[in-house]
Amino acid sequence: MPTKGLKYLLPKPELIYFLVLACVIFMILPITLDIFRLNLVGKYLTYAFVAVGLVLCWGYGGILSLGQGVFFGLGGYCMAMFLKLEASDPESTAIQSTPGIPDFMDWNQLTELPWFWLPFSSFSFATIAVLIVPTLFAYIIGVAMFKRRVGGVYFAIITRAIASILTILIIGQQGYTGGVNGITDLRTLLGWDIRTDSAKYILYYINGILLFLCLLFAQFIRKSKLGRLLLAMREREDRVRFSGYDVANLKIFVFCIAALFSAIGGAMFTLQVGFMSPSFVGIVPSIELVIFCAVGGRMSILGAVYGTLIVNYAKTTFSESFPELWLFAMGALFIGVVMAFPNGLAGVYKAHIEPKITALMASIKRNGGLSISLLTNTAKQ
Amino acid sequence: MPMAKDFLLNVEGLTVSFDGFKAVNDFSFYVDEGEIRVLIGPNGAGKTTVLDLICGKTKATSGSIRFRRDELTKMSEHEIVNAGVGRKFQNPSIYEDLTVFENLEISFPRGHSVFGALTFKRDAEVVDAVQQTAEMIFLADSLDKTAGLLSHGQKQWLEIGMLLIQDPDLLMLDEPVAGMSVSERKKTAELLTRIADGRSVLVVEHDMQFVADIADRVTVMHQGKMLSEGSMEKVQNDPKVIEVYLGH
Repeated sequence: MPTKGLKYLLPKPELIYFLVLACVIFMILPITLDIFRLNLVGKYLTYAFVAVGLVLCWGYGGILSLGQGVFFGLGGYCMAMFLKLEASDPESTAIQSTPGIPDFMDWNQLTELPWFWLPFSSFSFATIAVLIVPTLFAYIIGVAMFKRRVGGVYFAIITRAIASILTILIIGQQGYTGGVNGITDLRTLLGWDIRTDSAKYILYYINGILLFLCLLFAQFIRKSKLGRLLLAMREREDRVRFSGYDVANLKIFVFCIAALFSAIGGAMFTLQVGFMSPSFVGIVPSIELVIFCAVGGRMSILGAVYGTLIVNYAKTTFSESFPELWLFAMGALFIGVVMAFPNGLAGVYKAHIEPKITALMASIKRNGGLSISLLTNTAKQ
Repeated sequence: MPMAKDFLLNVEGLTVSFDGFKAVNDFSFYVDEGEIRVLIGPNGAGKTTVLDLICGKTKATSGSIRFRRDELTKMSEHEIVNAGVGRKFQNPSIYEDLTVFENLEISFPRGHSVFGALTFKRDAEVVDAVQQTAEMIFLADSLDKTAGLLSHGQKQWLEIGMLLIQDPDLLMLDEPVAGMSVSERKKTAELLTRIADGRSVLVVEHDMQFVADIADRVTVMHQGKMLSEGSMEKVQNDPKVIEVYLGH
């Protein structure tokens, strides 16, 4: 029975695509790249969590959120708060006027740890918070919006506004959040130095495994009736409602899942990059995340991963030489993809490359068979 | 009208006002168990609005809609569906990207919560129900076809099928034969008579021949109010009806 379940979850072509991506992430990239570049790829892959969430939420559910950076950021901040507290033991902060609290609090004349920071000294609490806080926040937004039937452009604008509000809040409350600099100078995780090369390798692999868990869960949703319902809902919301479904609950669920994925990505970002700042929460990163998803193909969870990697690779290469032009290039890319390839790279692959591969495989099989029969014929003669 | 017996659907004093315009105005009517009732009336008489009010798409300004013991005006759309009221829309409203099978499967009344949908299994019961329904709506050979590729008439049938698989006690159809060919109309009339077995059907329709074929009773609406009610013959000979509607 379990093999049957696996076959249903990952039929042959999709299993191959999953394995190819696994090869790229777990073998090809680590072998060919030095640790500095690999760490960059690890950082890009944390965005892929968000892009995969967007495939479910936007591609399938038709809910465009321009505020996914909020959940990425919340996940990242929850992790950063734990790491910062660990880095701020009284010994290392002995020169501060109040030793034992994070440095930026000391600079802002705080003399004791704020109450909401206290539980983050526990790793288990922080890990749970990474998963719960952003999801709960998404749930509240979801209930407030979807139960009132707010959708489409209005929902996009509201999520955008929430991204702005959270950024302003974080920057404004410097003493509690580290302000515009964010939470920096993170060193160890439970005594394990995360800045060393070996730690970076390990974190890269943990990140990859978590990404695959999210991909498998997304695949499970796609293959379940819920996946088909999301498609149905995107097309004919009223028909789904009048087939006896509470449409708002379906939307809330998929929006929460997208937030959960983003939060895991955010936490892994903090661990691999070593800091978290409001520049990953606001409007620009949130829209960039949507672009990664659109370029990869908003109907394809694996496409979203490739899209994220490719756009970020282009961003790094391009913005090293023309930093001021990058945003325009990004905008043009988004418009171009939406106009010309609404299903992104995955759509291009499906329409143009996959048929050729199938034809090639078929001809290899045929020719292979042919040459064998030729061989046997010659042998007979 | 005193309530001598239990009706399936009691609509009383139903009124809805859009910015002061009363699309349905103090409208009352009663549907029996097992009957096919047709709502007719000129454009703008409020027929579709009545269906919208019953299925919860539009909220009533005042009045009551009782379905067995449930007061529908206080319930949300999916609760009304689960209470046993199905609704077909005027334009075929199906999921064009999904197959005929998947269209019917989604409408099957199981696994309607988020968790239920995640763990939903396509077991023999579901496959049987889909198969049976597909045979009724003449689509048994097209189960794997993408619904968007069906003809207009077939889409109408598919939507009727999606309602049938819910097994509602009251089935509401808004212009089910609009855009159908003559032979498709005939087939649809047969279909409706067959599915009315054991449930009530409420139809909004313009095609008088079709109405005469299927209706047990006819309710004529005009400007949001009831104008006449009774058998097709009686209604057709009612001078008020001839004046506002049939005479044109």
